Amino acid sequence: MNYTWNWGIFLEPSPEGVGTYADMLLSGLSWTIATALCSWVIAFGLGSVIGVLRTLPSKTANAVGTAYVELFRNVPLLVQMFLWYFVLPEVLPTEIGTAVKQLPDAPFYTAVLCLGFFTASRVAEQVRAGIQSLPRGQRLAGTALGFTVAQTYRYVLLPNAYRIILPPLTSEFLNNLKNTSVALTIGLLELTARARSMQEFSFQVFEAFTAATILYVLINLVVIAGATLLERAVAVPGGR
Amino acid sequence: MRLRDAFLLAAVTALTAGAPARGQELTGTLKKVKESGAITIGTRDSSVPFSYLDGDQKPVGYALDICLKVADAVKTHLKLDKLDVKFNPVTSATRIPLIANGTIDLECGSTTNNADRQKQAAFTNTHFLTATRFVAKKDKGLTKTDDLKGRTVVSTSGTTNIRQINEINTARSLGMKILPAKDHAEAFLMVETGRADAFVMDDVLLASLVAGSKTPDAYAISSEAQSKPEPYGIMLRKDDAPFKAVVDEATAALYKSPEGKALYEKWFTQAIPPRGINLKLPMSEAMQKAFANPSDSADPAAY
Amino acid sequence: MFSNFDFSVIAASLPYLFGQGMVFTLTLTALAATGGIVFGTGLAMMRLSGIPGVTQAAKLYVELMRSLPLVLVIFWFYFLVPYIGAWVTGSATPIQVGAFASALVTFTLFEAAYFAEIMRAGIQSIAKGQSAAASALGMSYWQTMRLVVLPQALRNMLPLLLTQTIVLFQDTSLVYVLSLTDFMGAASKVAQRDGRLVEMYLFAALVYFAVCFTASWLVRRLQTRVAIIR
Repeated sequence: MNYTWNWGIFLEPSPEGVGTYADMLLSGLSWTIATALCSWVIAFGLGSVIGVLRTLPSKTANAVGTAYVELFRNVPLLVQMFLWYFVLPEVLPTEIGTAVKQLPDAPFYTAVLCLGFFTASRVAEQVRAGIQSLPRGQRLAGTALGFTVAQTYRYVLLPNAYRIILPPLTSEFLNNLKNTSVALTIGLLELTARARSMQEFSFQVFEAFTAATILYVLINLVVIAGATLLERAVAVPGGR
Repeated sequence: MRLRDAFLLAAVTALTAGAPARGQELTGTLKKVKESGAITIGTRDSSVPFSYLDGDQKPVGYALDICLKVADAVKTHLKLDKLDVKFNPVTSATRIPLIANGTIDLECGSTTNNADRQKQAAFTNTHFLTATRFVAKKDKGLTKTDDLKGRTVVSTSGTTNIRQINEINTARSLGMKILPAKDHAEAFLMVETGRADAFVMDDVLLASLVAGSKTPDAYAISSEAQSKPEPYGIMLRKDDAPFKAVVDEATAALYKSPEGKALYEKWFTQAIPPRGINLKLPMSEAMQKAFANPSDSADPAAY
Repeated sequence: MFSNFDFSVIAASLPYLFGQGMVFTLTLTALAATGGIVFGTGLAMMRLSGIPGVTQAAKLYVELMRSLPLVLVIFWFYFLVPYIGAWVTGSATPIQVGAFASALVTFTLFEAAYFAEIMRAGIQSIAKGQSAAASALGMSYWQTMRLVVLPQALRNMLPLLLTQTIVLFQDTSLVYVLSLTDFMGAASKVAQRDGRLVEMYLFAALVYFAVCFTASWLVRRLQTRVAIIR
């Protein structure tokens, strides 16, 4: 194999002049984490609302929830990214569109919104499944106690459902984290994009991608460890 | 004794002299092309007029025409009856790894030949000279490097230009926000839609993108260049001297002949597909010199 | 807001979008799904084999692939496959692998990790008594797997496997980063050439939606039918 390995490359200064190649990758890592966390806030909040809508007795609420999930699940993330970044500002009124485009760090905000709305459809499915897996008696008990629908969800259904769906939510969180790499297509300088720039500047393809791979595996391990701790912390004493 | 020595010497001379005529053991790319009967050319999406997609999304261009000539020369050299020419799309970011890993044999586009890249790939004789500049909408009034202070600037990832602008950004602490784009068309689009203030690239590519845009009058290319004119070369795999020799010979013959000049004129002074734009870029003096004395030097001072 | 839309751009590029782009996407999806299910089933069997080393190797592979973003894996394989090929064939120089073949290898290996998890659940869903009964009948491990366990596991998991294939169909759009001409790549090339982003990207979204929505509706119907048979 006629490839020249050079593992010392990470300590060499990058042509951007603000540090080494290692610093470049770490800055990518922080963008990845920031994007993943911010979009998760939207995904979790909106996803919970949509998921609840799909379990309400109202037909309209069901239809809205279903339409949302189908819409965001059946279009590839890359296409959604382009719709948010290239199409949305053009169909908005001109002044707003221009303002949107000139935002500093526009790729970051776009990626956060896009991933947030995309992942919300997946979170919604988990929330719905969680609520539907609860015995019907729980909802009835809430009503019997004189709770309103909102109170039933707040104090009875959701606390139970979230505990049940914690493992699938963890994997959705990880998917969301991995999906941030799609935002490199709109110019977000996240980890994969930085590994690619490092490869272009230094020509050390495999070192750059190996480093990115290791960083992704590490974040995964940290998230999984965190989720296990969380699961223990919120477990109902005496429950399963 | 003397006679025997002389006889031996004669025999050895005859053998070594005769060997090339009978065909050396083929190695590297030539061997691969001979065995597979195919050569793969890396093409670009939007390096107008060097290598880009025409109205039917077929690759065309000046550098591509040169590569087709090279493919012909390879076919003749290998005495093949038929040579299958395959195309594989590449981007600025993927071209060097793809040359190295054998996905493509020749990269035909707008690749700057510099000393850094010569450590990764080989280049044949220079087919164009161009400097780094930037394009911006006229109404922004950006003409000098320092005008970019604090602006959002886009360039194509994997190019020498994005590296240069990064270096300038640090050296002069201009505080630019530099976005990488996948290809030239996408980068230009960022300027067109107002996502970026300026696009830093080789001036010839900028001129072509502007000429092909919906409103060519709305754009201005910077008066100050960010680099000296640098040579473009067709990229080959490194350490493959026999193949490089064939390609060098073919390109040198082409550039020195009237055909080379005609080829240049076809793409730079006449209407080109897909929309019949004329770039009106007659051959510069430096270019005429580069064609008269073909060279694969990476040093801008050599031209 | 739709006043300056130019739908003729779409009409003019339909043969290119579907004749080249969609054909690439569908071929890649079909072949990668087939390869992914076969390799994924192998991985699932390895992981359930209980043989020291083999179980861990399969687990490591699946977990590694599942912790990496697809975009990164696409870059990895596009640059690495020719070297792997050279290593496998013992050739001194990297062997030439076309863009399509490279993408196919990438998606097969990547999606296999996801198919493996589905098949593992499928194999585990078959009652232990069945394989015990098969061994009692004198069947070998392979016969048991081939004739008893896998056919049922495949059938039980068919809806999930098909859903994952729809995900794969969407994921193939990411070959865009390599400038390959899949449906999305074709749409973006036309969009950039003609400066008609809004029309082309909306159209691409519509086509993907129509295909995926129909396909997932069919999968749901199949799911209820399979459920009734059981």
